[in-house]
Amino acid sequence: MLKLKSPYEIKELQLCLEASETARPCISVCDGSGCKASGADNVIKSLRAELDKRGLQGTIDLKSTGCHGFCEKGPVMIVWPEKVFYNGVSLSDAKDIVNSVSNGHKPVERLLYKDPATGERILHEHDVPFYARQQRILFGNNGKLDPKDIRDYIKVGGYSALGKALTDFSPEQVVEAVKRSGLRGRGGAGFPTGVKWEALRNSAVRPRYIVCNADEGDPGAFMDRSLLEGNPHSVIEGIIIGAYALEAKEAYVYVRAEYPLAVEHLTVAIQQAEKAGLLGDNILGSKMSFRIHLVQGAGAFVCGEETALLASIEGRVGEPHPRPPYPVQKGLWGKPTVINNVKTWASVPVIINKGADWYASIGTERSKGTMVFSLVGKINNTGLVEVPMGITLREMIYEIGGGIPKGKKLKAIQIGGPSGGCIPASMIDLPIDYEALTQAGSMMGSGGMVVMDEDTCMVDVARYFMEFLEEESCGKCFPCREGTQQMKGILNRIAQGKGEESDLELLDDAGWMIKETSLCGLGQTAPNPVLSTLRYFRDEYEAHIRDKKCPAKVCRELIVYQIDETICDGCHACVRVCASEAILGEKDKAHEIESAKCIKCGACLEVCQPKAVLVH
Amino acid sequence: MPTLTINGIEVQVEKGTTVLEAARFLGIPIPTLCHDDGLVPYGACRLCLVEVSNGRKQTLQASCCLPAEDGLKVLTHSARVERARRLLVEMYVAVCPSSKRIQDMASAMGVRQVRYQAKHETCIQCGLCVRTCEQQMMAGAIGFSGRGLNRSVSRPFDMTSELCRQCGACLYVCPVCESRCQGPQAESTLCNGCLNISTVCFQSYDNAMCFLEPCHACEIGGPFRADVQVKPRSKDFTRIGEK
Repeated sequence: MLKLKSPYEIKELQLCLEASETARPCISVCDGSGCKASGADNVIKSLRAELDKRGLQGTIDLKSTGCHGFCEKGPVMIVWPEKVFYNGVSLSDAKDIVNSVSNGHKPVERLLYKDPATGERILHEHDVPFYARQQRILFGNNGKLDPKDIRDYIKVGGYSALGKALTDFSPEQVVEAVKRSGLRGRGGAGFPTGVKWEALRNSAVRPRYIVCNADEGDPGAFMDRSLLEGNPHSVIEGIIIGAYALEAKEAYVYVRAEYPLAVEHLTVAIQQAEKAGLLGDNILGSKMSFRIHLVQGAGAFVCGEETALLASIEGRVGEPHPRPPYPVQKGLWGKPTVINNVKTWASVPVIINKGADWYASIGTERSKGTMVFSLVGKINNTGLVEVPMGITLREMIYEIGGGIPKGKKLKAIQIGGPSGGCIPASMIDLPIDYEALTQAGSMMGSGGMVVMDEDTCMVDVARYFMEFLEEESCGKCFPCREGTQQMKGILNRIAQGKGEESDLELLDDAGWMIKETSLCGLGQTAPNPVLSTLRYFRDEYEAHIRDKKCPAKVCRELIVYQIDETICDGCHACVRVCASEAILGEKDKAHEIESAKCIKCGACLEVCQPKAVLVH
Repeated sequence: MPTLTINGIEVQVEKGTTVLEAARFLGIPIPTLCHDDGLVPYGACRLCLVEVSNGRKQTLQASCCLPAEDGLKVLTHSARVERARRLLVEMYVAVCPSSKRIQDMASAMGVRQVRYQAKHETCIQCGLCVRTCEQQMMAGAIGFSGRGLNRSVSRPFDMTSELCRQCGACLYVCPVCESRCQGPQAESTLCNGCLNISTVCFQSYDNAMCFLEPCHACEIGGPFRADVQVKPRSKDFTRIGEK
């Protein structure tokens, strides 16, 4: 690719690429992490083989793209230009798909999405209820482009925002636009991005650094990962615009080493941007010089905290240090540094292109724009969703998420990663914005959303998250290191039925203390899962302590498995699966569980056809 | 020169002074475990927390790391600070009950029970030894290894480092290795103050004299106060802090 020498050449190249686009159909298969896990790689291989076999390589294009978001139904694909949306594609479907594309595009009926409510097949992606309520300004392009090809990104209007910023905006105006857009940090704390940038611009110290925080460590969250894997250039473009506004010469992208595909795509994207003259010296013929370096994290959750992240980039132990001084005053190697999340950087080109006022028109009064959530847990439509701020949890779960599987009842929603809080089903009309979530005892976090149904024990949930945080606490400050251990110990005790009434007060006290006194964001939010479940599900804790019962029948020490003799037909199915040989009884006679041997694994419950296994 | 208000007293300090230094300059005692005047502030023990109001928000911040800035309003002993410190010290006692300094802090702050499970550790990871070795002795022979649960002060590859001159500075600065007085029930989590346990500490204790300095608990309530009458041991007495 030729080096671009001025902002106008981006526009020219885009027009060229658009003009060269033929009417050739294109099958774009999602090859994001979710679909990869459901076998997208093999589907692509078999599609390619099918095209080769028929000699159709030149007439039908095949593209592997980033995450489309609908991971539940993976592997998913879109056939352009008709935009036919297929889901749940398997190896054997390759033939039919190629057939339909080559013979007049009659869609393959059985691969179309079936609306569970009406039973109708839906042809286009944007008509699928999962997508219909979303506003995908960051993720919308994922399905259109090959993340390893910069030309694809330029074709959909990529890097035009950079061109616009360089020609029409002064650095101050870029900062002003970001400020006016109301964009807030998407990493969790929600600090206004424009204010942060302005604070950096007020510092006279040089050099200045830019850091992109891609150390996404929350269990069940994969938003940053999917963006980096699916559209790395959008993040790079945002960073370059940031560099122009902040007059920085160097940026660091801190990515988890556990994201090999993101690292690969980002590395390729940076190389391509350098070749195209978008990075390096004299960017687009201007006087601006800027480079992006990639740093891989070594797998510590705490390194997502900005001061720990900086320490890690510098090669020191990834432990946070107290703020002030804030990174904008004294950051990387003691120099002013702006740190923003992947999604924050990716929002910048959108703001420049479509205008700050347009961006500010989305969302609520104090939370603007869109937020990306990874919707997981007990929900029908697992996947990545991008919604305008202010959408209610009800819309999120029942309209986009398609409700709870197996007709179960919603119990709680845990938002904001491991240190977010659990919001009860009764507060389902809560709008999703920074303030409302904080007030409800949870937080926006980086956008993890775990849905729980009636089979979930809240004490167990709190225990699980406490265990995660206990392991991931860096251990530098006392309350976080020891407090998480103590709280986990108490929760363990309660879950085992050894809890005492006073334990609840102790959990409250310890939680308050850890929250108030910890050094960094990890400790200051660590008690959230416990405090929020104590606030909304106190009766469940009390049942564990007073009655020694687990209402959701999850805590192993508090439940007993039994076989109802009147129902059991003596089929022996449970006897065969019981690993601890705890089930006695002859064939065709009622069986019995020997409780001393039973390890409460639940295997018998699953295989029993007449539902004779009972849990107390 | 920044001017700040500490507990309502206006004080002007030099630029670069921390709030802790400013408060101590005024004679306000703020407890610390990881602070030393000769070392770079670390902010790990969290005991020096103060309530800072900066415009709208009021937060607790470690005063040892907080630079004194113009217009800062600091409260060193507000109810919120006191509660946080007391709960913190309660946890410190549970983690390291053998330390005199921690027991003394607990008595001084009126901690009357320890509800956590005792861990009987000997190190609170304040980092004083590590920092002294590195910043004062210019050796860097010890450091932290591991993370979270497994974090501990250790030597490279668990061998004595060539850099170690065996100067003993690390021993000298350790805030918690001074043992509490070994009176009766020295194994209890919280030092009870000898008064509570009935007979006096040092004379009747196993025919051996306790040579350690009396713990604060003994000093305020124990045999070292002549004006307090010693209570006879009662049968139904249960040790405070133990279930």
